[in-house]
This record gives sequence, structure tokens and C-alpha cells, in this order.
Amino acid sequence: MPTLTIDGQEITVEANTTVLQAAEELGIEIPRFCYHDRLSIAGNCRMCLVEMERAPKPVASCAMPVGEGMVIHTNSPVAEKARKGAMEFLLINHPLDCPICDQGGECDLQDQAVAYGKGDSRFTEHKLSVKDKYLGPLIATSMTRCITCTRCVRFATEIAGVEEIGATFRGEETEIGTYVEEALTSELSGNLADVCPVGALTHRAYAYSSRPWELIKTESVDVHDAVGSNIRIDCRGAEIMRILPRLHEGINEEWLSDRSRYASDGLALQRLDQPYVRVDGKLTPASWETAFAAIKTKLDGLGDDAGGRIAAIAGDMADVEAMLALKELFTALGSTNLDCRQDGAKIEGRHRGGYIFNSSIAGIEDADALLLVGCNPRTEATLVNARIRKRWSAGGFPVGVIGGVDGPGTDLTYKYDYLGAGPATLAEVADGSNAFAKVLADAERPMIIVGSGALARDDGAAVLDLARKAAESTGMIAAEWNGFNVLQRAASRVGGLDLGFLPGEGGRDVAGIVAGAGKGEIDLLWLLGADEIDMATLGKAFVVYQGHHGDAGAHRADVILPGAAYTEKDATWVNTEGRVQHGRRAAYPPGDAREDWTILRAFSAVMGQPLAYDNLAQLRDHMVEVVPGLGVIDEVGPGEMGSFGMPGDLGADGFESPINDYYMANAICRASAVMAECSRLYTGAGGTGEATGTDG
Amino acid sequence: MLRDEDRIFTNLYGFQDWRLEGARKRGDWDNTKAILDKGPDAIVDEIKASGLRGRGGAGFPTGLKWSFMPKESDGKPTYLVVNADEGEPGTCKDREMMRHDPHKLVEGCLIAGFAMRASAAYIYIRGEFFIEANNLEAAVQEAYDAGLIGPNACGSGYSFDVFVHRGAGAYICGEETALIESLEGKKGQPRLKPPFPAGVGVWGRPTTVNNVESIAVSPTIMRRGASWFAGLGRENNTGTKVFSISGHVENPCNVEEEMSIPLKELIEKHAGGVRGGWDNLLAIIPGGSSVRMLPKSICDTVLMDFDSLSAEKSGLGTAAVIVMDKSTDLIRAIARLSQFYAHESCGQCTPCREGTGWMWRIMERLATGEADVAEIDMLLEVSTQIEGHTICALGDAAAWPIQGLMRHFRPMVEERIMQRKNKQPAAA
Repeated sequence: MPTLTIDGQEITVEANTTVLQAAEELGIEIPRFCYHDRLSIAGNCRMCLVEMERAPKPVASCAMPVGEGMVIHTNSPVAEKARKGAMEFLLINHPLDCPICDQGGECDLQDQAVAYGKGDSRFTEHKLSVKDKYLGPLIATSMTRCITCTRCVRFATEIAGVEEIGATFRGEETEIGTYVEEALTSELSGNLADVCPVGALTHRAYAYSSRPWELIKTESVDVHDAVGSNIRIDCRGAEIMRILPRLHEGINEEWLSDRSRYASDGLALQRLDQPYVRVDGKLTPASWETAFAAIKTKLDGLGDDAGGRIAAIAGDMADVEAMLALKELFTALGSTNLDCRQDGAKIEGRHRGGYIFNSSIAGIEDADALLLVGCNPRTEATLVNARIRKRWSAGGFPVGVIGGVDGPGTDLTYKYDYLGAGPATLAEVADGSNAFAKVLADAERPMIIVGSGALARDDGAAVLDLARKAAESTGMIAAEWNGFNVLQRAASRVGGLDLGFLPGEGGRDVAGIVAGAGKGEIDLLWLLGADEIDMATLGKAFVVYQGHHGDAGAHRADVILPGAAYTEKDATWVNTEGRVQHGRRAAYPPGDAREDWTILRAFSAVMGQPLAYDNLAQLRDHMVEVVPGLGVIDEVGPGEMGSFGMPGDLGADGFESPINDYYMANAICRASAVMAECSRLYTGAGGTGEATGTDG
Repeated sequence: MLRDEDRIFTNLYGFQDWRLEGARKRGDWDNTKAILDKGPDAIVDEIKASGLRGRGGAGFPTGLKWSFMPKESDGKPTYLVVNADEGEPGTCKDREMMRHDPHKLVEGCLIAGFAMRASAAYIYIRGEFFIEANNLEAAVQEAYDAGLIGPNACGSGYSFDVFVHRGAGAYICGEETALIESLEGKKGQPRLKPPFPAGVGVWGRPTTVNNVESIAVSPTIMRRGASWFAGLGRENNTGTKVFSISGHVENPCNVEEEMSIPLKELIEKHAGGVRGGWDNLLAIIPGGSSVRMLPKSICDTVLMDFDSLSAEKSGLGTAAVIVMDKSTDLIRAIARLSQFYAHESCGQCTPCREGTGWMWRIMERLATGEADVAEIDMLLEVSTQIEGHTICALGDAAAWPIQGLMRHFRPMVEERIMQRKNKQPAAA
């Protein structure tokens, strides 16, 4: 551990630390543009030059490893001259368009120009300008502002795993771009604008809409997938202007997937902002009282055995509080027909180890071999995929894939062995006849990731059983390491399973409910934000849709109860790791819409069986009583394994990823214009992709 | 003056056969096995004792550089890279060596590679050197066919490969780490140092990058002994050196001479003198375009070696002597060099990317006088903001010619500005 002196202060640090990091530990800030904690070191901006005694020239502190006895001056005349010089050079060809630049107010260049710049310019030549580049529908470019720090190039290459951006030409003609002018094929492209220290890459959807100091910032969590990315929601008044990632080392580090970030315009479109009741086949605006009365009338008409004739399904973005309230309401009504497994996954809620990501997302970095079964993490959990890539990039990480992707040609941003398409291959791994079984067995901490799609098949329980067998036969489950993982993709799923939002004694599961509705055995179906079931097969059932978007469920509904989207409620979600997190309200629900648990609480009173909580604190206390684990916030650990899965006949079909279109995966995305454009561009949905005269 | 028997490059002018047979007649490949039998450390010590300093421009002691390579193999390859990307304006020495005496280089690769325990040598040759690369490739093939390199090279039991790689014409690829990047198939942009190539070089493996001349002279040093080489020139500036003399002289030429020869003697003896006589001399750039120029007063007495030229705030560089007589528009000439550096800047780091273009534009205006006298100081300050602040030495190389001009000829620049001012009608 070398000891060095920085600005007169001695510090002892790890041997591979850089001077800049050592200075940071001392609280000495060295300005920088190109340096980024999570990217490789480029050392090209020259802003972080410091004076090192006995060195002939100032050194780039971001790249200089510490050495024993080094003496560094960060504010000597030499360092100051270097810094001022770099600042002047960066500014000579940078446009003076801060007043109209979206980065204004949160721009590294602006801030550092104030702190280290000269204040006036000696540059009297013409400024160079650069033509803007096309990077896709999400990122707006203004390349004249680019300072060629190459953070975006390094992000795309290293983190996103798409080698599509680079620097072309040289000298002052250097330009950053894709050269071929095609959209980036990454689900992480929004982060490019985050890493850009200037206004060269900005968020297209946010362009010219507001200034950072006008925004109220709320720290929350994302529900577009089951990763539970930490986010910051920026609002101006009631309007959500943008969503940004928030640092969480265990989950998303400081990245965010594009769907989580850019679907936010969908939160203002297609919203259910007042109750509706179907009158003469037509949905008609109604008051809360009328809507509740309509449901009560229906329920009262069912007679004494109503419990068996009603059912509830929780959707993929439902929060734990709402699910608990709905479960308790239905229990009070005598029904056990509950299910949160909208896709029909054959997962039971008994043993947590059988439905969570036991290794934890950060734990991927400790693993040394991986088997993916029936999932495409790139679309199902983009940031888990980024973590896999990070681990893979570090080397010594063989990855085997069984199904879930189109074939061995699918780009997951890392190399993998495509072992086969279906359960038969998994069986080979389990019995050791597949060569990859040996790779896993030889690894110290091998892991398996089973996709939710593989468990939603008819043979899902058998697949789960087989996956467990494969994990056990290759030594994945040990005292110190649990490499058995189920990758959920619905934000509500783990919470729902924890709560036991599942068929009770004699209750029907999703398939049973839907079939029952079709056959007239279920008379009332309560959908809590559930849009992903086949609404056409619900027969004559009376459907109550409680949710926030006018999507499939609302179209089929007989009564619509407008709820709150994830940005509009203080609520709890449990991510795929089993990590309990609180989301926070950034804006109020539109119109008459209400937070979901309050709707259920109000309706329970209408039914004369009021739920036992009148505010969120009481509900949460109750929730923790029912499931103590829900009171442990932001902690992870392997689940209890017990027994799960069920040996049985395996299907012959290959595993398929449940996500056909990453950009259209839920009701919020389907309402988003930005996501629609992405979908059109990236998946070719809606024809050839050529816009017609009536398009848009 | 160098005696004929002390010449190393005896076929510099191509009067004899460049192929293996001719090279053997000149003594190349003569019992190379005996040299290798001395062992790597003995070879490094011999080169250290000879005082050979790198011939590519920076003048780093060659033997010392070789000694930085790992002594114990970890089982993976290490490399010798020969920098044959000779792009420095005014310089054309390596080119003649490779065209007319390629076996000196190939043999040097074997000896140097053996001394640093390298597994292979890569000769990165400038793409424009078409015939040179052809000859070099032919020489490498001849050496392979004769068992001089390849498995069991020269019967020594040591296996060594030599590859010739053609560059694509970027000046910056002559910078050792940019060359390594380019060799790896990437865009030629210098790497940050540390880590130095001796630790992390081509494909992440320890690598030594040497100039063609440094490598090509090593077999002769090994044959004739370090003391012979060290006996030429002055202390710390030993041996022979190939000078490229161009510009306003009667006979522009490449010539091998003893180190530390007076500049005036070099030009008068070998290049037929300055056009119109020594008194017609205005200035000389003594070491390729990157070093600061010298006015006639200094040229009268200065010696051509590393130390005496750096004492005059210039440098030996590649020993490319660019002679400019009194017909030269020095400001125009330096402006052209500034344009060259702006054009060749790789664009990676800020001071060079932004600064070289700025300096060039100011120089263009100074050349016409369309500037303010105060801008000279500004230009000098900008040049010091670039110098020493960049990843590689191209920033320094862009700054020095301008600094040399202003150091010795500032009155000329000011005069041009005033002339133009005076010609302008007085403001109303």
C-alpha cells in the first residue's frame, strides 16, 4: 500500500489506485471530463493534469497509478496552467449556445468553465462546426458541442456491448458517430446522454422541455421489469418530464434501460382518469359511488356461494399494498380464486428459493460459469444482462444458453455456447451428458438463470424441477453460494408470491379463472392492472378493471376503477432478487384516479366489510405482520430452497422468450409515442417501417 | 570525417546488390550464431557499452531500453517492434537502408530480438514505402529460406519470426504506442504511458519499439565491438549516424557520418554546401521538422549530436537537416509545418486536437502579416499550453517549430505585421 502526498496531505491507498482516486479520498476534487468511474481510462481531455514532483511534465491524474513517495500538487501554478489551457482549448470550438442547450444547468463543461475558465476568449478564428449525427430515436445530437471525450464510445463498447460508436477522422476534424448513420441497437442507449459531460448527446424526448432547476426530483423504483432499477423521477408540476437512473450498486449501478427511462411519456397518455360503468354495452363516465354500486349490485346478485364465482388477477406492475388489500377483500368475500401469475407460470409461493434470483444481481460478478435457460436477459432484464456482460468482460466466464433466444446468432452482447433449444438439452445438462455440465461442475461458483417464459409453459413445473436438478448435479447450490436463479420479468411477481396472491384452498389459477369465465362459472373478475390475458375468452363475466391505462383490460371492462401508475403512489415492490423496495409518489394520479389500495379500502366499506387499515402506515404495519420479510427494506439473500417444481413430462418445443417486443411490453409502453417509434424502428412492427402520409 | 572502413551502411546508395548474396559479401549474416552464443545479457551489455542512443528522435539509450524487457518468460510471447514508419518531414534515412540494405535490419531484428528474449519481430513499415517494403519482404523471405531466421535461427536453437506490416500513411503511427495500436488493427492513436510498452505493448505483451537505424547498426556493433562504436563521436553521443540533408544545398543527400560532426562541415563536405555559399544561409532545422530551427550564427559552430543541439534549445531528432537559404520565407515555411501538424494530429487529446489548428491559423495570418503584434505572444503562450500537456510528443513537435521561429526571427515576424499595417489606408 503506497503512501503519497497530495497537496501536503499524506494518504495511504491500495496499490492500483490512481492519483485522481486518491485525491478524491482526501476530498480534493480534480476536474475531469473524460474520466468516468465505470469506463476504461482514456486520459484524453487533459483536464485532470496535476503536477508531480520529479516528473518533467504535468501528469494525467486519472491515468497515473499511485507510487510510493509520490508528491502531487493539484493547485500549483503548473497544474493550474495546464487546467486553464485545457479549458481554453475545449471552449474554442464549443458553441456559446448554453441558453438553448438542454444540458444547461447540469453541464460539466459549463460548471468547470465557471470554476477554471479564463472568463474571456482569445480565440478570434472561425469556430469549427460538426454535422449532427443520427443515433436513433432516443438520443438527440448536437455534435458541434462535442468535446470528443469518448465517454459515449467507451460506454457503448464496454457496457452496452455494441461496438457501434467511434471516432472518425482525426485532428480537429474528429467526429464521434456511428459512421453508417443507423440507430444504435442497444436497450441502454439512454445512458449515452447521461455519460455525455456536455450537451452533445441529450434525451430526444426531453428536448427543449424544461430546465433542471425547475424540476422536483423524487427518488423511486422502476417497475417496467422485475429488476427494480432505482430511478429519479423529475417532475414539473404534475407532469413527469423525465426519468433518470439513481445509483444502486446492487441493482442497476448507475444505468437504466431505455424502456424504463423513455416510456414515461406514456404516463400522460391513454390514462384512466375517472370511473366508467358499461351502460348498454358502452362505457360511460360515472362517479365512484355509481361504479362501486354497480359492482356491489353484481356481487349481491350472486347469492350465498358468491365466493366460488368471483376471481381476481393481479397484473405485472401491481404493488404489494394493493395486492394485499385485494387479497383480503376477496378473502372477506369468501373467494380463493386469486392469482398473480398472469402468464400462467408454474411457480408456487411456498419456497422463496424457487422463485427469486438467489445469487443476487451483484452476485453475478462473483460467479464463474453461467447457464441461461429459456430467457433472453437482454430484453427481459436489460440491466441483469449488462451485469452478465460486465462479468463476462472480466474473463473466465463461460456462458451456456438453452433456448430463450432465436438461435445461436442472437446477440446477447457477450459470447455464449448455444447448447440447444428445449428441455431435452436441459435434461442432458442435469444428467451430465452435455459437455457444458462439466464446465459448470468444474466452476467454483456456477449459476443458472431460468427465465420466466420457461416456467409459463404447460411443462413449467417439470422444467423448474429439472433446472433444480441441473443446479444440484453441477454443484450450484452450496452452503456459501446459491447459484439457482429464476429471472422474473414482472415487477409484481415476487411480491405477489411472497404475499401468497395465489389460488387458495380449492381456488382457481389464472388458466382456471379464464376458462371458468368463458364457461360462465366465474361471474365477476377483478383485474388489478392485468392486461396480458386473452380478454376475448372471458365470456359473459362481469369484469372490473382497476388500473391506470386504457389498455386491453379496460376495453373489456364492465366497470373501470381508475388507479395510480407507479410514479403516483407510495408503494412497495419486490424485485426478482427478492429485494423489497419502496417507490415514492412523484405526481398525483390524474383526475379522479386514486392510489390502488385506497380504492379497495373504499370498496370494502361499500360491501360492509371494511379492511382493517385507514392509512398507508397501518397498511404497511399489517403487511409486515402478514409477511415479515416485507418489512426488511433493500436487503437480499438466497431464499429458502425447500422443494419446488414437479417431475413430469417435458414438452418437445424449444423455450421461447416471452418478450417479442421489448418496447411494447406493458400498458405504459403501449401508450408511449416514443416506445411506438422505437418498436417500429427496431422490430419492424406495423409494416415495413416506412411512414406513410397519414402516419402520426 | 568518417573513414570508409568505419561505415556501417556500405550500400546506402544501392550501388551493390541488396539481396542476401550481396549482403553476405558486405559482412552481414557472417557467423551470426557466434554473436547469439554470447547470450542475451552479453549482447545487451555490449550495446549499453557502445553508447548507442535511439536513432528515431528521442535518443533514449538503446541497450538500456532492451534491458527493460522481462528476463524470465511467463510462457507467453514478447515482441520486438521495429518502427519503420518514417514520416518525419525531411527524413529519408530508414527508407534507403531498407531499400538497399534490408538484411542489416533483418539481422539486427534477430540479434536485438534474441537479446531481449522476444518471440518475434514486427517491422511496421510506412505504407508509402512500396519498393522498400517489397525489398524488405524479399529479404525476410531470403533469410527464412537460408535458415537465418525462423525455427532454430542461424543454428542457434533459438526460434524467431520476423513479420513485415505495412502502415496506411498516418504520421502519428510513427509514435510508438500509436504504432502498436495500428499494428493491432485499431485506429492509430497514442496510448497513455504508463504502462510503458516494455510492460504492456502489442496485444498486451511486453514490447520494445526501436527505430530501424538503431536495430540495423546493432549487428555491426556486435562484430566490431562496443569500444569501436564508442570511439566515434563524443562521449554520450557516440557512433555513426545517417544524416538526411535536404533543402537549399547543392547536392541533397543521405550520408553516414560520425556523430558530433560540425553542422557546417557536414553540409559543405557532403551536400556541396549551401546554395549561393554559406553566407547565403538563413536558418537550418537540424533534426527533422519537429525541432526548433537554428539561425546561421549558431549553425556556424554547432556540432551535430544530441547534447550540443539540445544545448541550443533544438535537437538532433532524426538528424534530418533542412537547409533554408535567404530566399526562404521562414514564416510561410513554419506555417506549412503547422498545417502539417494540424493535419496529422490524431485528435485524441484536447490540447493537440484544438491547439494545432489554432496555431496553424494564426501562423497563416502571420505569414501574410494579417495579425496583431500582440498575437505573437499569444501564439507562444498557446504553444506552451500544448507543449508537455498532451498524451504523446506530437503536441511538442507542433509547438517547437513555432517557438524556434519566434526565438530567433521574431523581429522578422513583427516587421511583416508592421509592413502590412503601413500599407493599409489610415482609418477614417
